[in-house]
Amino acid sequence: MDLLGSGIFKGMAVTLKNFAMTYFDRGRKERLPTVQYPEAGDTVTLFTRNFPFLIYDGEEEVDGMRCVACQICERECPPACIYIVKEKDENGKFVKRPKVFDIDVSVCMGCQICVEVCPFDAIVMDSEFEYSKEDRFGDLLFNRDELLKSNDYYHKIHPEEAQARDANLAAKKAADEAKKKAREEKAAAAAAAKAAAEKEASEKKDSPEASEPVAEEPKAEPAAPSENHAKAESEAKEKPAAEETPVEEPAAATDETEDAKEESSGGSEGKETSEEPEETAGSGEDDEKKAEEGEGVS
Amino acid sequence: MTMESSVVAGSEPTVEPRGFELIEREGLETNLLEVSMGPHHPSTHGVFRMDVKLDGETVTELRPVFGYLHRNHEKLAEDMGYLGSMPFTDRLDYFCSMTNNWAYALAGEKMIDLEVPERAEYVRVIMAELTRLVNHIMLVGFFVNDLGALGTPLLYALREREKILDLFEWASGARMMCNYMRFGGLRNDLPEGWLTKCREVVDAFPYFLDEYEKLLVENEIILVRTQNVGVLKPELAINAGITGPMLRASGVNYDLRKVDAYGVYDRFPFRVPMGEVGDCYDRFMVRILEMRESIKILRQAMDELPEGPIMGEAPRVFKPPAGEIYGRIEGPKGELGFYLVSDGTAKPYRYRVRPPSLVNLTVLEDLCLGHKVADAVVILGSVDIVLGEVDR
Amino acid sequence: MLVQFANWVQGELACSPALAKIVGILLAAVPLATVFALCFAFTTWLERKGLARIQNRIGPNRVGPFGLFQPIADGIKMITKEDIVPRSSDHFFHLIAPLLVLVSSMACLAFIPFGLGMTMSPIDTAVVFFFAILGMNTLAVFLAGWASRNKYSLLGGMRAVAQMVSYEIPLVLSAVTVVMMVGSLDTREIVGAQVVEGWATSENSGLRFLGQIAGWHVFTPWGFAGFIIFFIAALAETNRSPFDLPEAESEIIAGYVTEYSGFKFALFFLGEYIGAFAVLGLAITLFLGGWNGPNFQPWWSSDPHALLIPGFVWFFFKMFVLMAVLIWIRGTLPRLRVDQLMSFAWKFLLPLALVNVFVAGFLFHVAKEDRVWASVAAFVFLYLVAKGLSRMNQSDAPAPRKYHFAE
Ligand code: SF4
Ligand code: SF4
Repeated sequence: MDLLGSGIFKGMAVTLKNFAMTYFDRGRKERLPTVQYPEAGDTVTLFTRNFPFLIYDGEEEVDGMRCVACQICERECPPACIYIVKEKDENGKFVKRPKVFDIDVSVCMGCQICVEVCPFDAIVMDSEFEYSKEDRFGDLLFNRDELLKSNDYYHKIHPEEAQARDANLAAKKAADEAKKKAREEKAAAAAAAKAAAEKEASEKKDSPEASEPVAEEPKAEPAAPSENHAKAESEAKEKPAAEETPVEEPAAATDETEDAKEESSGGSEGKETSEEPEETAGSGEDDEKKAEEGEGVS
Repeated sequence: MTMESSVVAGSEPTVEPRGFELIEREGLETNLLEVSMGPHHPSTHGVFRMDVKLDGETVTELRPVFGYLHRNHEKLAEDMGYLGSMPFTDRLDYFCSMTNNWAYALAGEKMIDLEVPERAEYVRVIMAELTRLVNHIMLVGFFVNDLGALGTPLLYALREREKILDLFEWASGARMMCNYMRFGGLRNDLPEGWLTKCREVVDAFPYFLDEYEKLLVENEIILVRTQNVGVLKPELAINAGITGPMLRASGVNYDLRKVDAYGVYDRFPFRVPMGEVGDCYDRFMVRILEMRESIKILRQAMDELPEGPIMGEAPRVFKPPAGEIYGRIEGPKGELGFYLVSDGTAKPYRYRVRPPSLVNLTVLEDLCLGHKVADAVVILGSVDIVLGEVDR
Repeated sequence: MLVQFANWVQGELACSPALAKIVGILLAAVPLATVFALCFAFTTWLERKGLARIQNRIGPNRVGPFGLFQPIADGIKMITKEDIVPRSSDHFFHLIAPLLVLVSSMACLAFIPFGLGMTMSPIDTAVVFFFAILGMNTLAVFLAGWASRNKYSLLGGMRAVAQMVSYEIPLVLSAVTVVMMVGSLDTREIVGAQVVEGWATSENSGLRFLGQIAGWHVFTPWGFAGFIIFFIAALAETNRSPFDLPEAESEIIAGYVTEYSGFKFALFFLGEYIGAFAVLGLAITLFLGGWNGPNFQPWWSSDPHALLIPGFVWFFFKMFVLMAVLIWIRGTLPRLRVDQLMSFAWKFLLPLALVNVFVAGFLFHVAKEDRVWASVAAFVFLYLVAKGLSRMNQSDAPAPRKYHFAE
C-alpha cells in the first residue's frame, strides 16, 4: 500500500483547484451551477413541460375554450388521469364542451401524450411547477376552471410552440375555408336536396346544431387538412369500436367527434361555439359567413 | 446461473428465525452476524436489500432481495396502446430515458417494418450517446461515493450531468423523463441553436473527464479498494448473461453497437474498451474510457447530421400484425431489449423488458463472497443498477 | 487578559484556599468550554462551506451573513428534535456514551497550552495524561455501539475500537520522539523548546522573527516524520476521512451513532470535533511550535520581548489551518477498507514510527557541529525507510492499468 504515492496529491490538487475556482468569475460560470431558486426568478426554460392545461381564446374562459370534449386525450392518457364529462344543454343534447374536465396532477406524469393526440390544439403543456398544496388529493385534482388558461399565457411561456400552433390552426382554417368554398360550389347544385336532408336530420335530432349536417363532408374529401385532423378522424373511427368504451355507445361517440372535428374545421375560435346555439340549422352560406367572422377575429 | 439459484444458493430454508446464529468452527464457538442491508440503506442505490451474513466483516452469504419498486410495468403495457407505454419506458432506468425510448421504438419499428428517416437516426445516436455520458458519469460518481469519498466526485458528475440534462430539456421538454422518440422517428425536431449548444457541451466534456481522471484514476486509495475486488470471470459473465460495460470489463468483446449495428452505428468508427481482470477497477475504467469513445461518436454525428424529416411514414394507429419481435440496443448498462408479442390488435399481447440491471445483478453473490462488507457495497456500485429497471 | 483577571480573582480569594481553588477551576474551565464550543460552531460552518466549495456548491448561505448563523440554527434543530432511544437498547449506557465522549475530549483540552500561561491544568506529565484520557474516547464509542443494540452500531463500535487502539500506538510513538528530544512531558516546556533561544532574544528583529519559527520540531527530520505520522494517526484517532470507517456512511449507515438522534447525536458530534481540536492542539504543541509564530515588536512598545500578535492567536490560527486541511482531505479522499486500515497502521506507520524513534535518538547524540549533515542524512534515511516499507507492503502493487480496445 503506497500512501506516499502521487495519486492522492494529484487528487488534492484537483479539489483545491475546484475550491479556488469557485471564487473567480470564470470558474464560477463553469463550476458553480447552483441557482438560488426563489431569488433567481424565472428558472424555467422555454421548453419545459410539466402538466397540461386547457387553452381558451379571447377573454371568456369557458366560452373561449378550445376543447370540444372529444375525449381522445382521456382515452390516450397512459396513466388515465383525465376525466371528462360532456356538457349537455337543457334538451339533453351534448354540447361540444366538457362539463367536467379533471386532471389528477398527482397521477399525471407530464408525458405530453394528451397534447399530441388532441386534434384541436386545445390542451398544451404548462411550465408552472410550484404546485404545493395543502390537501394531497383534493387540491391536486385540477378541475376545468383551474386548468383553463388563456392563449396569451401560452404565448408567454412557450412562444415558439404557441406560434407554431396558432399557425397550424390558421392553416387548418384556411384549408377548411377553401374546402368549403369548393364544397359550396358542388353543393350549390344539390342545394335543395341537401338542405332538405339537413333539415330533416336536425329536426330528427331535435337540436339546433349547426355543423352536424355537414359532418360527412370531410370524409368525402380525400385531402385531409392536416395530419392531426386526420389522425383524430381515424382514431375517432377506430377507437370506440376497438376499445368498447363503456361510457357511451360507439355511434354517439363517432358522431360527437365528428361534430367536434367539423367545428374545428369551421374555425375553432371559441366565439363560434358560443354563437352556435343561436344559429339555425346551417346552410352553406351561413357556414361561410361564420368562417370569415372567425378569421376576422383571429 | 439463473436468478433463482442466486437467491437461494447455499441458503437454508427461509423460515428459520433471523438474528444471531451459532455455528461450530474448529472447536471455537463463533457467531455469524446477519445484517439486512437495505431496503433503505444509504448505498444500495434505491430500495434494494442485501441479506448478508458476516463472519466478522467478511461476507459469507449474500442474498439480494428486490421487488420493492415493482410497478407492474409489463402488465400495464399489455393493457394500453403501443404508444402509451412509451412514457413508461422512461421510468425503467430513469437515468437513461432516451435509450429506453429508443429500444422500445426500435422494437415497434421492427414489428411493422418502419423506415426511420436519416435525420431521426442521427438525432437518436446523439441522444443515446449523451445518455451514455450521463449514465457513466453518474455511475462513476456513485461508485466513488460508495467508496466513501463524501460526494465530491459525485457532485462534479452531477454538475456535468446538469449541462446534458439542459440539452435534453431543451429538445424534449423534460430533463429526465424525455419521452422523445416515437415509432418511426422523433416527437419533434431539434430546436434552433440546439446543435451549437450541444457542441459546446460535448467539447467541454473531455476537459472535465481529464480532471476527473486526475482526481480518481491514480488515487492510491481507490486503487487498493477496487483492484482485485469482485473479480468476474469471463466464463461466468457469459453464462450469466451479463452484458454491457460489465461484460466488456471481463474481457469479452461484445457491444451491440458493433454486433447489431442498429440505427446508423455502422457509420461511426469507434473503439470498444476492454478490461482484462474483470474487477471493480476494470469496470470503473471501462466506463470512463467508453465516455471518451462516446464523445468521438457525438462529434461525428453532429458533423454529419443531415437535414430532412424527423418522422417517417408512421401509421396513425399503431396496429402491428400478429407476431413477435425482439428489439434490443446497447444501453449504457447493457443489452436493453423489448420483446413484444402482438395478436393483431392495438395492444400488445405480451410485453417484456430485458433489463440489463437485473441480469447483471444476478452474479452479485458470486462477486461478493469472501470480501468485506465494505467491498460488497463497492461491488454493488460497480454493477451499476437502477432499481426502476430491476423491479420494473 | 483573562489570565490576568483570573490571577487577580485568585489573589482576592487568597484568604480561603478551597473557594479559591473552585473558582480557579471554574475560571479556567468556563472560558475553555465556551471558546471551544464557539470553535466547534465555527468549524462546522467552515466545514460545510469549505466542502461545498470543494464540491462546487455554495453551501449554507441563508442564515445570517454567509450562512454564519447556520450552526445556531443547527443547534436549535438538534435540541428540539425528538430523542429516540431504541426499546431494546441499554438505556443507561446509551445515555452516558455521548457524555463520556464529550467529557473525555474536553478533558484532553486541559493539557494544551493555548498561549503563554494559558494552560488550564499545568502539570508536568501532561502528555501522558493526554493520551490516557484520549483512550477513554475509544471506550465511549464502543459503549455507544454496544448499548444501541443495532448491528450497524456494533460493527461501527468494533471498527472504532480496532482502529483507535491500533492508531494510538504510532500516535504515541511519534509523540515519544518529541518527549525524548525535549526531555520533558510538560507541554509548556515542549513549546518553550521550540524557540531558537539565541535568535528569539537577539536584538535583530528579523532574527527574532525567524527565531519563533525556526525552532519548530517539524523542521527537524524526526519531527517531520513524526508530524506526518502523528497527523495520519490523528486522522484515524478522530475518525476523520479517509479513516472514518466507524461511521462509514456508505457501508454501515452511521456506525455507532446510528441509533442516536437529537441532542445526544449533537453531543457526539460536539465531542468528536472537540476531540479533533484536542489532538490537533497536541500536534501543534508537539511539532508546530505551540503558541509561537512569526511575530513583531509592537510599535508602541519598547520592550523587545513584547509581541504584536498574542500567542493564542497563533495557536488558533494553526488549529484552523490544520482543520482546513482535514476538511480538504475529507473532500477529496475515499476511505480505506478495514483490513487495509489495519495493515497500514501495523505494517507501515508503526515500523516507521519506531525507526523514527531511533533516528531521533541518534540525532540526540550527534555533536552540535555535525547536526546539519546528520539531519540531511536522517531525512534521506527516513525517506528510504518509508519507501522501502511501502514497497514491502505491496504484494501485488495496485497501479493504474493500460487498456486495450477492440475495434
Ligand atoms: S401529460 Fe400524460 S399523464 Fe398527464 S394528462 Fe396528459 S397524457 Fe395524461
Ligand atoms: S379536444 Fe383535446 S383536450 Fe378536449 S377532450 Fe378532445 S383531445 Fe382532450
